[in-house]
Amino acid sequence: MIYYLGAFGLIFIGLYIVLVKHNLIKVIIGLSILDTGINLFLISIGFVKKGTAPIFSRPGLKAIRMVDPVPQALVLTAIVIGVAVLALALSLAIRLYQHYGTLNLRKIKEQKW
Amino acid sequence: MRRIISILLLGIVALGIILSISKIPFGIPKSKVGKFYIDNGVKETGATNIVTSVVVNYRGFDTLGEVTILFIAALGLGAVLSTRKNKVERKIEPASLILRTGCRFLFPLILLFGTYIFIHGHLTPGGGFQGGAIIASAFLLIYLGCRERRISERGTKLIESLGGLIFVVVGLAGLVISGYFLRNFLPKGIPNLLFSGGIIPIIYIAIGFKVGSELAGIIDNLMEESG
Amino acid sequence: MIFVITFLVLIMLASAISACVFRDLLSAVIASGIVSLIAAILFYLLQAPDVAMAEAAIGAALTTAIFVIAIRRTKRYEEDEKNN
Repeated sequence: MIYYLGAFGLIFIGLYIVLVKHNLIKVIIGLSILDTGINLFLISIGFVKKGTAPIFSRPGLKAIRMVDPVPQALVLTAIVIGVAVLALALSLAIRLYQHYGTLNLRKIKEQKW
Repeated sequence: MRRIISILLLGIVALGIILSISKIPFGIPKSKVGKFYIDNGVKETGATNIVTSVVVNYRGFDTLGEVTILFIAALGLGAVLSTRKNKVERKIEPASLILRTGCRFLFPLILLFGTYIFIHGHLTPGGGFQGGAIIASAFLLIYLGCRERRISERGTKLIESLGGLIFVVVGLAGLVISGYFLRNFLPKGIPNLLFSGGIIPIIYIAIGFKVGSELAGIIDNLMEESG
Repeated sequence: MIFVITFLVLIMLASAISACVFRDLLSAVIASGIVSLIAAILFYLLQAPDVAMAEAAIGAALTTAIFVIAIRRTKRYEEDEKNN
């Protein structure tokens, strides 16, 4: 139950940073925190009390109680996609800085319109 | 004003999330698909790591999509950041002797560790993505420690393309030989040995090389102009 | 055991809040690296060693390094907000 509250807290803080802050790199940091919160929530759904990891390490081991392997496969994919999107967003931020000279989102909006 | 509206919006969203989270029980087995994979995973695929057999064998097509997304992101980063043609030649002073020797000593050890992790991906926790990230960390160490060395760009692109090509060719071979795309057509072998699990070690080795060289290429593109 | 988990979750939330409050962008990036590290420990305590390894290698090491390289090419300090 603590895991649910921790994941929900991270999602809340990540959304707050994305909505309120106006420096572009801080918004991207908020995206990364939001991503971590969602991954934590997905894995804590698949947990079984007194369960073990889904690996048959010795031959002849019986499956007594094991945690769910499907959310773990999903989250493995999601972590790698998260870092790819982050790298692309940072490259766009670098080009914006070279073009406008500032990273403040209010000033960039005022300059354009 | 903007701050108050956004806090109100976040309050409504938080209330909705809390009301739906409190109805999910914690710690009770919930799904039947997971139970099927645990019970029949070793017999059907031959790999003893159930998460690996789900990622590569049962849901192999999703892994192909993810590798494509990583490729497109690296491509986009290279395209966005490479349009400045004037390279400013700043004088790079080399680091101290202890740092350079230490980095050169650690580099092959980290590469060996990363290779070990993705070769044993179907027997122990590990796999292609983890091993590829560790290989990229070894290249990052060379960039930070010995600052005048650069990785050859052609070698990185060649290894990355070869890795992706091997993945697709193995899938198409499964289509040609028997039935459908990405079918496990090699013999399964005895579980808990290194050569077991059909095509799973081949795909994971290809993914390990591809992800490692891709992330090293991303770091190379980002560090291009700032010395 | 449950005290350890509560302690770790509290440190994670505290460092996420401090990533929001800090004005030096380098300190905010290090705080987000701490969030990733504690998430990797929690993944291991939830019996998922594959995901813990992936999060520690990719989230804690490579994300922080990419952020630091990007900050070096742009500004380091956030601007003060004079008008909201």
